[in-house]
Amino acid sequence: MLLGPSLLLSAILFSLGVAGVLLRRNAIVLFMCIELMLNAVNLTFVAFAQLYGASGYIIVFFVMTVAAAEAAVGLAIILAIFRHKQSVDLQNINLLHG
Amino acid sequence: MTISHLVWLAVAFPLAGFLVNGALALGRPQAKGLVSVVGAGTLIAAFGVALGVFLELLRQPPEAPIIVSLWPWMPVGRLQVDLAFQVDQLSSVMLLVVTGVGSLIHLFSIGYMGEDPGYARYFSYLNLFVVFMLVLVLGANFPVLFIGWEGVGLCSYLLIGFWFSEKANADAGKKAFIMNRIGDFGFLVAMFFIWRAFGSLNFTDVLARAPTVLQQGGALVTAITLFLFLGCTGKSAQIPLYTWLPDAMAGPTPVSALIHAATMVTAGVYLVARTNVLFAMAPVSSTVVAGIGALTALFAATIGLRQYDIKRVLAYSTVSQLGYMFLGVGTGAYVSGVFHLVTHAFFKALLFLGSGSVIHAMHHAYHATHSHEDAQDMRNMGGLKQYLPVTFWLMLIATLAIAGIPPFSGFFSKDEILAAAFARGAGQPVYYLFYAMGVITAFLTAFYMARLMAMTFLGPNRTGDRERGHLHEAPWIMTGPLLVLGLLSAVGGAFNLPGFLGGHAALEHWLEPVMARGVALFGLEMPQGRTELFLIGGAVLVGVVGLVAGFRVTLSGRILPAHDAPPDTGFALVLNRKYYIDELYDRVVVRPLVWLSRVVLWKGVDQGVVDDAAVNGSARLSRGLGWLGSRLQTGQVGVYVVLFLVGALWVLSAVAR
Repeated sequence: MLLGPSLLLSAILFSLGVAGVLLRRNAIVLFMCIELMLNAVNLTFVAFAQLYGASGYIIVFFVMTVAAAEAAVGLAIILAIFRHKQSVDLQNINLLHG
Repeated sequence: MTISHLVWLAVAFPLAGFLVNGALALGRPQAKGLVSVVGAGTLIAAFGVALGVFLELLRQPPEAPIIVSLWPWMPVGRLQVDLAFQVDQLSSVMLLVVTGVGSLIHLFSIGYMGEDPGYARYFSYLNLFVVFMLVLVLGANFPVLFIGWEGVGLCSYLLIGFWFSEKANADAGKKAFIMNRIGDFGFLVAMFFIWRAFGSLNFTDVLARAPTVLQQGGALVTAITLFLFLGCTGKSAQIPLYTWLPDAMAGPTPVSALIHAATMVTAGVYLVARTNVLFAMAPVSSTVVAGIGALTALFAATIGLRQYDIKRVLAYSTVSQLGYMFLGVGTGAYVSGVFHLVTHAFFKALLFLGSGSVIHAMHHAYHATHSHEDAQDMRNMGGLKQYLPVTFWLMLIATLAIAGIPPFSGFFSKDEILAAAFARGAGQPVYYLFYAMGVITAFLTAFYMARLMAMTFLGPNRTGDRERGHLHEAPWIMTGPLLVLGLLSAVGGAFNLPGFLGGHAALEHWLEPVMARGVALFGLEMPQGRTELFLIGGAVLVGVVGLVAGFRVTLSGRILPAHDAPPDTGFALVLNRKYYIDELYDRVVVRPLVWLSRVVLWKGVDQGVVDDAAVNGSARLSRGLGWLGSRLQTGQVGVYVVLFLVGALWVLSAVAR
């Protein structure tokens, strides 16, 4: 069983994703970091599925579906923002400040 | 079904008159003929009812008051108040006076107010007044009496300010209303006390159970009666709440005659007479009533000496005579108080209507020449006897009556009150003082009335050369009621003719069922034989001397017309300015109140606390909090993520624990 290493890897990947979201300003990179977190979670599900049955695998499929949908919408938004502002730097995108 | 059970008709007729005349005032104010018929007709119908009730009571005097309950008004738990009328000897007397004198004054008004554009409005108010006055005298419990009490105050306000386009008149109306409110507060408090002590507000209950529920001379009964008397000082213009009545002369003269002389202002006397058991059980309150009455009588009479406005003299005379009535009821001579109320209603209504006739003539004379002289200033009159002979002779009768000259009506009632005060003096010496004040007042009364008559009707005429030709006697619709009142003023004393003159004190026997308990509690041994004759002789002498002195003093000096007259000086000025009591009230009460309202309540509480602190403050607070919250919304995704993360970790840690 590779539960321990799997979880460790998943934790490292998730943390990388969080760090990327927190630190990077490029919207594309940010987006990729989110995907990284999702996949880290997927890895956790798969790892636990070995112990607790097939439901973990099934959830992974759901997560992948949602991630695909999210990618489609998110990339479209980023594209629209780029067309509008000629930039995907998140520091310039702050129209919703109070 | 007897006539007494139809007594509500006496109220319903004027009420119908009010509704019809009110509708006419709004719709067709020019229909004066109809207004006159409805206005006076409903009153005469009410007088017919009153007469029927009286005759029935005369035929079969009831043991207990007849209660005519119309409908339950306030059925709230233990508080059961019906809209009920009470027919007994006292209310029948008041019923007759109100509807009788009221009818005469309504008839007089047809002539006096004939040319006024507000004719229909005037009659609708006057009818409404009679409605409330009848509710007042017929009410079988305190709340119903209070409806009438408040209602007559309202009508008084409406009629004082009848010519409201002049600010002074509107102000006088407000003054009357506000001063009455102070008294009404006392009335209400007294009602609360009575309710707590008795659990009932019906006169029959309260008066029957008072000797068992309350302690003779106890604190509670004293408090109740003093608060009731506070109500009376407001309504009946006694010290310290009397200043509204002279100002109330701003209203039309028939109004002064009806409301501010004959009926409404006597409501306080009626109330004391009605609740005589309570006052009889509180000797302290009775002494206060008598003392305030005597003081008011004397005080107002001195002011009356130096007024020039004919109506103002009569107004202070009314205040003074009301003081007499309170002296009577405060002495325990309840019948004498009511008797003086009745005779005063006759002769004072006559005096006011007579003055109305004079003012009517003066006004027409000045109107014809477009002069702006004061039609009510006695210095502009003089020698009017020649032009208004009927008015003169009738007013002379009233003057003799008010001065207490036998055999006119005022002599009998006033003499009874003074004799009662003297008799009470044997037990409580302070009443000797009240008696002395009463006698001095009698002298002053005779004096100022003689002055009024002399300045108005005798001596050379000062109206003006061009105006003189326009002076004329009033039409018969005005002199007719005067004649009836003159007759009543002359012979009204016969209603309660004392024993030594061959009478049998009819009014006293008539009112005995109502007054018996109070008289039994607060017994009074009236002077008999030589003492009685001595007292009578003294009172008559004082009256005669006062009259002679008044005529001689007034006619000896030369009186100049108002615009030529030098201003008064010294004590005369003090009297003319009414001891500066109005100014004193203005300084002590009105201005501090205005200051308090403006500076503290308006600028401080309303603008400061309510507007600034409460309304704007809460708005500012929520805006500030909103601003603080908006600082979180930076628009930076990174910040949101951090917050989200922190939040998620916090929730996780909470769940994990």
